[in-house]
Amino acid sequence: MSPRPTHPVLGTVARRALPWLLPLVLLAVWQYGAYRGFVSSRVLPDPRAVLRSAWELTLSGELPHHVAVSARRAFLGLAIGGGLGLVLGISTGTVRAAETALDTSIQMIRNIPALATIPLVILWFGIDESAKVFVVALGVFFPIYLNTFHGIRSVDPGLIEMARSHGVNGWRLQRHVILPGALSSILVGLRFSLGLMWVLLAVSETISANEGIGYMTMNAREFLRTDVVLLGILLYAFLGKLADWASRLLERWLLRWNPGFATAGEPG
Amino acid sequence: MTVRRHLMETVHSKGVRLSLRGLKKSFGSREVLRGIDLDLDAGEFVAIVGRSGCGKSTLLRLVAGLDSPDRGLLLRDDAWGDPLHDTRLMFQEPRLLPWKRVLDNVAVGLAREGRETARSTLERVGLLDRAGDWPYRLSGGQRQRVALARALAHRPRLLLLDEPLGALDALTRLEMHALIETLWSESGFTALLVTHDVAEAVALADRVVVLEEGRVTLDLRIDLPRPRLRGDAEVAALEERVLRAILGSGTSTAQEDSFAGTGALESVLSS
Repeated sequence: MSPRPTHPVLGTVARRALPWLLPLVLLAVWQYGAYRGFVSSRVLPDPRAVLRSAWELTLSGELPHHVAVSARRAFLGLAIGGGLGLVLGISTGTVRAAETALDTSIQMIRNIPALATIPLVILWFGIDESAKVFVVALGVFFPIYLNTFHGIRSVDPGLIEMARSHGVNGWRLQRHVILPGALSSILVGLRFSLGLMWVLLAVSETISANEGIGYMTMNAREFLRTDVVLLGILLYAFLGKLADWASRLLERWLLRWNPGFATAGEPG
Repeated sequence: MTVRRHLMETVHSKGVRLSLRGLKKSFGSREVLRGIDLDLDAGEFVAIVGRSGCGKSTLLRLVAGLDSPDRGLLLRDDAWGDPLHDTRLMFQEPRLLPWKRVLDNVAVGLAREGRETARSTLERVGLLDRAGDWPYRLSGGQRQRVALARALAHRPRLLLLDEPLGALDALTRLEMHALIETLWSESGFTALLVTHDVAEAVALADRVVVLEEGRVTLDLRIDLPRPRLRGDAEVAALEERVLRAILGSGTSTAQEDSFAGTGALESVLSS
């Protein structure tokens, strides 16, 4: 897959470091631009100012509080929406009657952008916690539902036939053959959902909230604290990257039987 | 002779006696099996050969219970029975679960207590040292050995083999022949092998049955001592008889058929 490294250690270092080169260069350009005064600090404060405000807000306990509130909303929404998507995807994937009864409705709802429901959600839930959790849950439901359904339908029928002819049926067939076969597809859905989760949360928090990262940035805007606004934005990038990294780790562990995901270190 | 007979009988009790009577099966308007009558003694090794599309795999699927016949009787020990109890099928492809390690693949469908059985069966096919590996790390021949172990771990009284060695290279195939023969003579199950390789059929089977357009056209007993040597004159003569039965009754399509034994016949004829 990757080009042959000339030196084993240098090659590893290069592979690890290279993805971070571009962000670091951008950061350097930003710092230099701010230092030379190309941009006013009202438009773009220099990175050190952002770092400083991050440090101050951490010390005051404000930042950890907002991050915790946002993370809680995000993962609660993911658990509800993703869990429902998984359960419904398994049902429509395995039971034809369930597909006939549900799939058309789900496909219709899928075409509604989750963010378009925000006005309705505010009318229903006000601006309290359930509104944000609802929007996230609604948005992440579909990637997981669709990929679970698709994954289950594309399990090799030969394997199912083999398992049946060896006396594997019912729940054991689901657990040992169908779900593991659908797993790589389900994990793709999870990665999609994790990306979507932060987007949905960011938008719904900026519209209506009294705590959380989105609230923090909106509040900072009122006081023209561009550094804090930037901090909030960077925080979303960081949290998104973190979630993606975690899901890839999970993928590598759960799909270690797959040569495409297997780690190279395993003895032969 | 009496000792041998006695021995045969004790062995036979571990195998299913299979009787097929007037078995018919159609897919749409195409009649694949047109009334098959076939008897397998308990512990007997029978090979079915024929061109591709002659219905041999369909026949095996009926016996395995993966499809049901349109007409006819399928009796195990003179009774209707559920194939799941005593019959296991080895497929053309290994069909290993890629997400289970080798030992867990052998233990598929076994109860928790079956792990020891799985382990000892894996040892019998010579792959115990690969028990903890993922299937993708095995070679094609090793995968089929795992599939064989998986079928045998259920201690079947009837083992069905659906061209299980078709995708293997010649050397691996010979190894597998020896392994299957050994396991069969040790365990005493009844074996029904479907193949398009006449040499394979003659090397392994007590009887070779030729299937032609959904009917049995030859049922030949192979009374040669085991293990049978390739190139042995008697073996070669029987192979030729079977080949002639398949090709002789064939129509003009015989030339272009992707039949594996054609080359062998030509070499026999030219020598």
